[in-house]
Amino acid sequence: MSNEAIMHGHANVISHDDVHHDEHHAHHHQSFITKYIFSQDHKTIGKQFLITGIIWGVIGGLFSVLFRLQLGFPDQTFPILETFFGHWAKGGVIQPEFYYALVTIHGTVLVFFVLTAGLSGTFANLLIPLQIGARDMASPFLNMLSYWFFFIASVIMFASLFVHTGPAAGGWTIYPPLSALHEAGDGSKIGMDLWLISMALFIVSSLLGGLNYITTILNMRTKGMSMTRMPLTMWAILFTAILGVLSFPVLLSGAILLLFDRNLGTSFYLSDIVVNGHILPNEGGSAILFQHLFWFLGHPEVYIILLPAMGMVSEILSVNSRKPIFGYMAMIGSLFAICILAFLVWAHHMFVTGLNPFLGSVFVLLTLLIAVPSAIKVFNWLTTLWKGNIRFTPGMLFAIGFVSLFISGGLTGLFLGNSTIDIHLHDTKFVVAHFHIVMGVASMFGMFAGIYHWFPKMFGRYLNNTLGYIHFWVTIIGAYLIFWPMHYEGLAGVPRRYLDLRGWHNFNKFDDLNKMITIVSMIVFAMQLMFIFNFFYSIFKGRKVRTQNPWGSNTLEWTTPINPGHGNWVGEIPEVHRWAYDYSKDGRDFIPQTEPIGADESKDH
Amino acid sequence: MVSDLKIENPNSSLREKGKKLHPHKFILWVAIGSILMMFAGLTSAYIVKSNQANWEDIKMPQIFWFSTGTILLSSLTIQMALRSFKQREMNRYRLLISVTAFLGVIFIILQWMGFQQLWNNGIQFEGVVGAGQFLYVIFGLHALHVFGGAIVLIVMVAKALFSNTKTYSSTGIEVAATYWHFVDALWIYLMVFFLWIR
Repeated sequence: MSNEAIMHGHANVISHDDVHHDEHHAHHHQSFITKYIFSQDHKTIGKQFLITGIIWGVIGGLFSVLFRLQLGFPDQTFPILETFFGHWAKGGVIQPEFYYALVTIHGTVLVFFVLTAGLSGTFANLLIPLQIGARDMASPFLNMLSYWFFFIASVIMFASLFVHTGPAAGGWTIYPPLSALHEAGDGSKIGMDLWLISMALFIVSSLLGGLNYITTILNMRTKGMSMTRMPLTMWAILFTAILGVLSFPVLLSGAILLLFDRNLGTSFYLSDIVVNGHILPNEGGSAILFQHLFWFLGHPEVYIILLPAMGMVSEILSVNSRKPIFGYMAMIGSLFAICILAFLVWAHHMFVTGLNPFLGSVFVLLTLLIAVPSAIKVFNWLTTLWKGNIRFTPGMLFAIGFVSLFISGGLTGLFLGNSTIDIHLHDTKFVVAHFHIVMGVASMFGMFAGIYHWFPKMFGRYLNNTLGYIHFWVTIIGAYLIFWPMHYEGLAGVPRRYLDLRGWHNFNKFDDLNKMITIVSMIVFAMQLMFIFNFFYSIFKGRKVRTQNPWGSNTLEWTTPINPGHGNWVGEIPEVHRWAYDYSKDGRDFIPQTEPIGADESKDH
Repeated sequence: MVSDLKIENPNSSLREKGKKLHPHKFILWVAIGSILMMFAGLTSAYIVKSNQANWEDIKMPQIFWFSTGTILLSSLTIQMALRSFKQREMNRYRLLISVTAFLGVIFIILQWMGFQQLWNNGIQFEGVVGAGQFLYVIFGLHALHVFGGAIVLIVMVAKALFSNTKTYSSTGIEVAATYWHFVDALWIYLMVFFLWIR
């Protein structure tokens, strides 16, 4: 991955230290291919990530509706499923192998392709150069490669859905030995290899992206843009990229060892296994080793998903409350604390693997410590809203929704972080409810907030507001209706990932609840399709943006033209004189970062 | 695919005073951190496994000492190449870069021979997992990184020999040299690691 860095470094040195040609940026000729396909413009690459992410969002969301059908209506048949999925839904009933494949791909796609590539990839690319005042990324070429690696990873994952034995079906965590043995089931055959190859390419893509994000933020800020004048989106994306760059390689090493075990007969993860009475030759391996390698990435990964949403929400809350963000430095400090702690808590996913209880208690302590920076952030968001002159734009509503979900989902983290309670709750619906609310839906809300807020910058048009409000209210009510009841099911012991719960008579009381959850999830899914309609319709037919700074925002992206070209600013890059949060100061609604500090201005800038 | 867009660095004046790294060098340093994490993951997996029952040790083939010598020598030649470039002694630069790339290829061949020697001594993939299997994976991944570097060097040689454009900025070759020293240091670490941890 670093080799390209060198190659590119060499390829570009000639032009790099030249005198600047500002007028050059405004109008240089581009063909359709260099402008929209193999583009090196960070804004276009951001849109490519977003649209690919949306396509994956539809696939991942649809899969969840399908397996919810099974969970809500296990005794009914849906012949239409057989029409579409053939032997996977024989007689209109979702087959066990298909069910596991659906759960696995739903998790993989949502975690990695939508909420990592679709979220970080979109907004890091779009916002970094615009908000720090740079023409483009440190290496636009690597940036383009980052998208195309993601694209190839997507194609391979998509292809795995169509192979005869089906896609990977060992859960998104692909624990060995199930994932390491072809004999374990259809989902451990070629689909698993495709999954691993796709993920390896995906890791390369996120590393190439992450290198660029870190370097650009630290190296290419415009004059006057000190680190502590950056908007919080930039801080969040910086920490996200650091987390990714340090944790994804460890997942890669785990995946490489797994590929060896699967295809070359090594036994890194395998030992003493008997399949159908046949003793396998593998000896000396440890399946727990994989869990350590996996969760060393896996835990930072949830913050890779969450931090960009936190950053965007901070920015959107401040802009739409017309108030400075409360506790700017505390926000940075808590992001930093989360970033450090993210690397020290991975074993809390492994409390029931026979982990030494003493070691477990250390991980309990470190896990519960995350509550401190999280609480600081929640406090600061609420105090930013407090007595604000709030404008309820769709983006703002989604940002407030994020805060709500983050609180509700975060509180259940305190239960799960305790190793003793976790023995009861591990692998139940309680866990599903917890991480979907705090990480899944919350980050989706952060992403929606970002899309509604920065859509005018991306496409020069607005999304339709009415559809936005409907989208918000149905989604937030739906999200709580889907996931809140799962806490009760989990406390009662309902396991996750099970195909059919009819065998347990004491779970019969949840039948109606499960039907309700399934119906609501279908409605919420339909609502997302409406959002996607809104998205694509508004790209071409939305209300046009007429003013440069529609939200009255301080940050630099709103000083560019309404439809900025490659290079972002016509003429000089503006100089920055203040932090990004001078709202409602000295009787003025907002003071852009580019405005020099006045002689009689009050002190807190 | 390199666009004709020229990226202006607003801090170029700062950089000239040596206060800021060139962005491409910075990218490399972050990438080095990232690569290190991958090898840290693998070597800590090795440590965890080596403390468990059923661990099988290996005898390090002698050939890896020759590859150590080769890669150390290539670090020296790329450093000399960088110096010649800065002194504008282009013929010596081309020669030294070619020698470095050549040594890189020799290194990979030596690694391959080392693997074969181990393999013929009965250290193979199947059966009980031990130091040997980890060695194949870890040294193999390291060799891949050297291979990537060698390709870049070959491209640089080709450019130095056939390109009509005169290049005065030494950033590209500096980035390449830093990377090359890194894979060298990484190799020393891995070698010491395998000799030490048993």
